[in-house]
Formats: sequence, C-alpha cells, structure tokens
Amino acid sequence: MAVLSLLSAQGLSIKFNGLSVLSDVSFDVPKGQVRALIGPNGAGKTTLVGLLSGRLLPSSGTVHFDGQNVTNWPSHKRIVQGMGYTFQITSIFETLRVHENVALAARRHQMRDTLVNEVVEWALVRVGLAEYVNDIAGDLSYGHQRLLEIAMGLAQQPKLLILDEPTQGLTESDIEAFKALIDDLRGEVTVLLIEHNMDVVMQAADFVTVLESGQVLFEGVPSDVKASALVRAAYLGGANAKA
Amino acid sequence: MMSDSKKDCFAHGGVLLFLFALQFFLPAYHHGNMARIMVLASYAIGYNLLFGYTGLLSLGHAIFFAAGLYGSGLAISQFGFSVGVALVIGVAAGCVLSAVIGALALRTEGVAFMIVTLMFAQAGYLTVLYFGEFTRGDEGFVLAHADRVLWGVSLSDQTSKYFSAFSLFCVSLIMCLALVRSRFGKVLIAIRENEERTQMLGYNVVWYKFCTIILSGSISALAGATYALLFGYVGASFASVEYSIYPLLWVLLGGAGTVIGPLVGMIFMFYLIDLSSGVTTAYMLVAGVVLVFLAVFAPQGVMGEVRSRIWKWLS
Ligand SMILES: Nc1ncnc2c1ncn2[C@@H]1O[C@H](COP(=O)(O)OP(=O)(O)OP(=O)(O)O)[C@@H](O)[C@H]1O
Ligand SMILES: [Mg+2]
Repeated sequence: MAVLSLLSAQGLSIKFNGLSVLSDVSFDVPKGQVRALIGPNGAGKTTLVGLLSGRLLPSSGTVHFDGQNVTNWPSHKRIVQGMGYTFQITSIFETLRVHENVALAARRHQMRDTLVNEVVEWALVRVGLAEYVNDIAGDLSYGHQRLLEIAMGLAQQPKLLILDEPTQGLTESDIEAFKALIDDLRGEVTVLLIEHNMDVVMQAADFVTVLESGQVLFEGVPSDVKASALVRAAYLGGANAKA
Repeated sequence: MMSDSKKDCFAHGGVLLFLFALQFFLPAYHHGNMARIMVLASYAIGYNLLFGYTGLLSLGHAIFFAAGLYGSGLAISQFGFSVGVALVIGVAAGCVLSAVIGALALRTEGVAFMIVTLMFAQAGYLTVLYFGEFTRGDEGFVLAHADRVLWGVSLSDQTSKYFSAFSLFCVSLIMCLALVRSRFGKVLIAIRENEERTQMLGYNVVWYKFCTIILSGSISALAGATYALLFGYVGASFASVEYSIYPLLWVLLGGAGTVIGPLVGMIFMFYLIDLSSGVTTAYMLVAGVVLVFLAVFAPQGVMGEVRSRIWKWLS
C-alpha cells in the first residue's frame, strides 16, 4: 500500500452464483486524485465500488481506507469514516423534499441545524438545483434526480466521493457543469468516478483504471488510455464509449 | 403568518385541549368510551412508530400490550404491589421483551419479519394460557377497586379514569410528536422511504430499527399497563392475534405515519362497530363495507389524506 493512498484494494474477488465477476483486482487511489474507472458494460465496475463501499463483501481480498482495514466493516461505518456513495440507479427519497434529501446526508456529520442548512444550500448550488429546494424529489426530471444524487454525495462532505455513472441521462449543458464541478472539487476531495462518457473521462480524470471482465486491464493517464490498443480492443465488442 | 412547525404544534396541542375539554360535555356512556379509546389509541401510537414511521410491519404487537397488561396486573394480584410500582413493572416487561424480540426479529426482513413477530406473539398468548394458575387463562382476572388507587385517587372512578387515560394519551402523543420531528425521527422516515439509501448515507439502519422496536414496544406496554389499572380486567384475549391486528387497522384507517391518525382510526372503528351493532346484527358486514370504501377512496387513511390535500405541514 502506497503511503499516500486514501483507498487501497488488494486482490479483491467475488463470485455471484458460482460465476466469478471480479478476480484479483488490486488498485490504489492516492489522496486528492480524480480517478476514473471505466470498462465495457458488465465489466464489474459497480460490483467493484460495491466491495469498496461495503454494499457487498468480497470472497477474498482486502480494502484499506484512510489508514484502516475496512474489509469487514458494514457500509454505514465506512460512510462515517469518509466515503460518499452515489448510485448508478438513482436512489433518492422520492416522497421527501429536495431539501430533506440533502439534509439527511448532511445531518449525519453536522450537529447544528443552521450548519446543516448551510451545507444543503452549498451542495444544491453546486449542482445547480438551488431553485428546486422545496420540490418533492420524485417530481424532478430524471436528469435533476441524478444531480440530486450527486448533491447528496457532496453534502456528506466525504474524503472519497464514489460516483457511479453520474452523467448518465444528463443534458449536454449539465455535463459541462458536471465537469466544472469535478474541477472545483479537485484537490479538495478524492473522487472515484465510473464513467462511460469518454469526453468526461478525458477532461476530468487525473488517472484512469480500465476494468474488463472482472480484471484490471490497464492503468494510466487519460492520454495513454486513449492511445492504448488494448483498451480500444476491449471496447470494440459491444462498446458504448463515445471516444 | 405562522411557521409550519408552529402550526403543527398548535394543531396537536389543540387536539389535546379538545380531548381535555370533552370530558365536561360528554354523557356518561361516551365518557367511558373515550377513556377506553384514548388508552387503545396510545397503543396504536406505539404501533404507528414502528409501522407508520419506520415501515416495519409487525403482526405481533399484542405481546407488548399484554406484557404491560399482565406485568402490572400480576404485580398487583400476585405480589400486592402498589399501582405506581405495577405500572413501572408493566412498562419494564414490555421494554425487555421488545429488546429480546427486536434483536431476534431484526435478523429477518419483510414477510419473514411479519411471521417472526406473529410467532412470538402466539408464543406469548400460549404462555398466558399455560400459566393459567396465575393468569386464569381465557377467563382472565379482575383487579379489585381497592387495589386500583393512585395517590389516594381511585382509578375506577369515572373522572379519574378519563383523566388518567387522557394523561397517558398526552404522554404518548407528545413523545411521538417530539420523536418524529427530531433528527432521530427523520432518519426513521428515511428508512421507511428508502432503506438502502439511508444505510449508504452512513446511518446504522438496524440500530435505528432496534431502538424503535423498543420504544414502540414500551409505549404499547405502557398502554397495556394503564388498561389493566383503569379497567381492572386482565384477560388472554388481549394477547390474542386480534389485538395484534387491531392497531394495524386503526393506524391504516386513521393514517399511517401521522401523529394523530391512530386516535382518529380508533375513534372511527370504535363508533363504526358501536353504531352499526345497534342497528343490525350483521354489524361486522357494515363495518367491513365501510372499511373497503375507505381503503378505496382514502388509501392513505383519514389523516394521511388530510395531510396530502390540505395541511401539508402536519406531522
Ligand atoms: N447481484 C448480482 N447477482 C448476479 N450477478 C450479478 C449481480 N450483480 C452484478 N452481476 C453480474 O456481474 C457482472 C458485472 O456487473 P456490474 O454491474 O458490476 O457491471 P458494470 O461494469 O457496472 O456494468 P455497467 O456499465 O452496465 O453498469 C455482470 O455480468 C452482471 O450481470
Ligand atoms: Mg454499473
């Protein structure tokens, strides 16, 4: 484990119904980096962040986060330790107001209500949802629900923000705003970004890990990934990368 | 313009004030009914915390009501304790029991949770029958008037009965209101709406559920204990499956996840059966038809509809 890594996975493997979905995946994310995790559909990206965040338990391997071995920790404890997680399939409190959705994320670490409200406002402004603060979350458009999901991640003020395909379903202008948001966060927060949109990866990521069929295929800076014949080959069959 | 939070407090305060004033106007028959209704509505408030706010459907809450009922009843009939001590014993019995059952039942979810709670309650019912020597089984036992005196006031007296039931209801309602408006209560609502999300916001969902089962069980037991002390009768029917279903019905009718819903549902159901049984022997049929209508036209229960249509700020 590198000295400065915030997150370190070693030899992670998991099977579903006897089928190996991830085998021996190791990778490190240094503090402050924006790391993209890419790979074709079904490569195991969501499963991998599930293992990192504790939604799933590995059959073998370890996860270290912020200097602790969190391999056997339940997910809520990892979140308290400083992970923020956003879902690929939008998971918000549909019947509650936008404000309450974000407040639930902020309240866990902010004791005073005035501070909670400040964090909520800050997070909503950052994703551009400030004007919807009193709307019922389920009434928002799909794209806005995706942004709310991101706001809930931000409001947790995590050390590591895990974003599972945040730009899916966003309009072009929202995607531009998202890139700007990641630039804002750079250095402040360590980001692990699962992303299919190659434009976003190229512009936002400091470093890229490519996953294919449950294994790490390639790691490098965005331009190297773009140049890699290996990666291009992986994406050729049933690829949906826009690069 | 009053803030929503203030309106909410005033509305619930108004209900309590109304219930307090009611005793001076009600004829004797309804006076007695209301005392009973307020005690059972407190039981329903306890149930609602778990079902309406946290989204956990228990089919075995009768065991907590019965724990309070028998805990305090037996404390008096078998050990000759005073009313105050008996009340504490009743609540403590419900508290311990709900902790044990909660710890075991929370290993399951959904339908399995319903079945496990149902089984525990059935085991409780059979336990009551098994120890018939002390509990007198189905027949039950009566607490003498002389034993039901608190601070020199006889609880069997009409006025003190109403006032005691009202006090219990106040405590339950205010506790519930304070809880659901607190940070803790907001997490419960979050669990009900999206458990996975709540967990991934860093809340220990199982712990929250466990605490709520204990709270819910203890309030149910408090209501059970008060029932024994006010009405002087302790019988196995209160431990039966009907008494696990009733609070579910009352809460659904009145509005799950509303503070005042359990009272509204209880009053509604009580008088529906009371009035229809005066008109026809097929009163359960009448009640059934009305319930079906409510389920179709007011699926959120009376207060649930009121909240979603009129008073959006209602807790
Ligand atoms: N709970 C599960 N049970 C069985 N198989 C699963 C489960 N979750 C995922 N899989 C399988 O594991 C593989 C990896 O899935 P995963 O969702 O991690 O892929 P992904 O890289 O996130 O794909 P996408 O880009 O489509 O989101 C897929 O083949 C999927 O069918
Ligand atoms: Mg995925």
